Amino acid sequence: MDRYQFLVALAGLIFAMGLLGVAIRRNLLVVMMCLEIMLNAVVLSFVTFAVRSQTLSGVAMTFFIYVAASCEIALAMAIVALLVKRNGSLDLSAHQDLKG
Amino acid sequence: MTRLALIPLLPLAGFLVNGLVGSRLPRWVVALVACGLPAASFALTAGLFRELAAGGTPVTETLFTWAALADFRVDAALCFDQVAAVMCLVVTGVGSLIHLYSVGYMAHDKSFARYFAYLTLFLFFMLLLVLGKNLLMTFAGWEGVGIASYLLIGFWFEDGEKNAAAMKAFIVNRVGDTGFILAAFLIWFFAGTLDFRGINAFFAVAQPSAAVMNTIALLLLLGACGKSAQIPLHVWLPDAMAGPTPVSALIHAATMVTAGVYLLSRLNGVFLHAPAAMTVVVWGGALTAFLGATMGLVQFNLKKVLAYSTMSQIGFMFMACGLGAFQVAFFHLFTHAFFKACLFLGAGAVIHALHGEEDMRRMGGLAKGMPFTFLTFLFASLALCGVPPFAGFFSKDEILWSAWSAAGGSPALWLVGSVTSGMTAFYMFRAIFLTFFGPCNAPEKAREGIHEPPPSMAVVLGILAFCSLAAGFIGLPGFWRKALGFPAPFYDFLAPVLGHPPEAGGAVHQAELPLMAIAVLAAALGIFLAWFCYSRRPHWAGKLRERAGVAHGVVSRGYFFDAVYRRVVVRPADWLSEAVLARRVETALDAGTLAKPVDGVNAAARLFSRLQTGSVQGYLFYVLLGLALILCWGVTHV
Repeated sequence: MDRYQFLVALAGLIFAMGLLGVAIRRNLLVVMMCLEIMLNAVVLSFVTFAVRSQTLSGVAMTFFIYVAASCEIALAMAIVALLVKRNGSLDLSAHQDLKG
Repeated sequence: MTRLALIPLLPLAGFLVNGLVGSRLPRWVVALVACGLPAASFALTAGLFRELAAGGTPVTETLFTWAALADFRVDAALCFDQVAAVMCLVVTGVGSLIHLYSVGYMAHDKSFARYFAYLTLFLFFMLLLVLGKNLLMTFAGWEGVGIASYLLIGFWFEDGEKNAAAMKAFIVNRVGDTGFILAAFLIWFFAGTLDFRGINAFFAVAQPSAAVMNTIALLLLLGACGKSAQIPLHVWLPDAMAGPTPVSALIHAATMVTAGVYLLSRLNGVFLHAPAAMTVVVWGGALTAFLGATMGLVQFNLKKVLAYSTMSQIGFMFMACGLGAFQVAFFHLFTHAFFKACLFLGAGAVIHALHGEEDMRRMGGLAKGMPFTFLTFLFASLALCGVPPFAGFFSKDEILWSAWSAAGGSPALWLVGSVTSGMTAFYMFRAIFLTFFGPCNAPEKAREGIHEPPPSMAVVLGILAFCSLAAGFIGLPGFWRKALGFPAPFYDFLAPVLGHPPEAGGAVHQAELPLMAIAVLAAALGIFLAWFCYSRRPHWAGKLRERAGVAHGVVSRGYFFDAVYRRVVVRPADWLSEAVLARRVETALDAGTLAKPVDGVNAAARLFSRLQTGSVQGYLFYVLLGLALILCWGVTHV
């Protein structure tokens, strides 16, 4: 296993961990953190491929992803704040009003 | 836009103004719009008529293409030829006068603007009918006047009976209209055109077969019967008297009901090649003339006497059409429009003075209170009875002469016509003696209010009475033409479209004078009998009625036409729709086609709504599941 394989495998592992966290954790803030972990896993894979192919586009992508991620988290935190204000709880199961 | 298009469009503008904003306008503006625009239309018609009479060619105008398919093209086109010119003059002339009359008659009605909107709408559709260059345009007008008639009969819609009368008129007319449109299909199928001139030209050179021609002609006749209140579709006309009296005068006496005669004359090229259908037209007309007159004998409602009289007179016109003497029918249509409108408007003045009383048994002695109305009513009655030299004499005499001398005529037909004109004289003068002479039977309170009509109504009565006297001189019968050396401008004018009156040989003309004398004697006898039974010996009328017994019952119930229609058509239709279709078929159909699928959709919705848990992580789980499935598929297939 060379280091590119290792890095890609690491990115996959971090992504899977993040996904698992989003899927099973009940705390809203932890879910948000897991989302960020998934994004970071993707960034890691981009950088790996950029180094391997000796091009800059993968590296440039990193910046776009961080801009998008910071915007997203700003919005998401506002929503989380509103939800907490409404139900007084960070628990995801408290926010299940939208059902058929 | 030329003057021709403006003739129908001016009344349409009047309808739009009065119909949309009339209720917010002061009454004098409404009245001005309602009288001014038809009068302008009349002036335009008169101008075009003068050009045509001076030797001009018929004017046609294409407004736009109505429908253009592969081999079917119809234009919204107007045509102002000789026949249309005469009819148009009558419609706009009498129409304007009746608008003027209505201003006085409807002065106290709360729906003043609505009334005039409907009346001008009628005028628009009637002009469309008259001026239509092809069958489709005429049909559009034909349906439109039906709607206007419906709206005006049911004008006082708070009264259930009047609504029922309006619906009856509309529904009975549907039967006739079905015939009209089927005939139009057949004409299109065989002749390939709907243009009137094209149709007549086509059938003049190539007739498909006698059976086809007769079918077309009979279907057209059915349409004409519906609109013109001919047996067996006459039942709506007496009920239509529920509308305001000026409406009865304009629509149900002078113009709309004569549309059938107009249609027959327009399509004379079809009828002249359908001899069997022509026989039906002749005898149907004669039957209607006769039965209408007998029903007029026993009515006590003043307006219904006039309604049956209208039916009977249109029977005369159909008779003339069936004999091929279209121009004679047209002449009678022309004179009839004046004197029948005058009679209805006179009756309206009487009803107005008595605050809505229509029963002649509660009238009487009105000649003293309203001498002018009486005089105009008398003039118009004399014209209707065919007393020389009033207008009706010349036109009716020409019809009777055609009945004797024309190819399809016979002495029997002439006899029916003469007896009918005798009865006409009897029922009209019965009405006059009951209404204007004898003791006054009106209640005390109403008696005080008896007054002459206001000027706007009186002027119209005067003009129409004058026309009843004078209109006959423009179409003198053949005998008089020869004896006095007079021309007959009316017939000469119509000749390019309807052909010349059937001229019999000189020897046969000898018979014309005695026949004329007999017809006049019949009328005089009718008048004398009416005077004797209702003025000299009033108790005789009651005795006569008792003596007649069953016959009187049959006639006064209108020969049971209504009862038969109720049993044969109305009740089975009611039963079919209520007991069978509504209760059995519709409920079963609803259960099968609506209730079951609705249940299915409901169950499916309940099932799928389980998926919608509201838990975001649940949704994420679905996403992961889907992703996993796609990956599996990808791994195995790619």
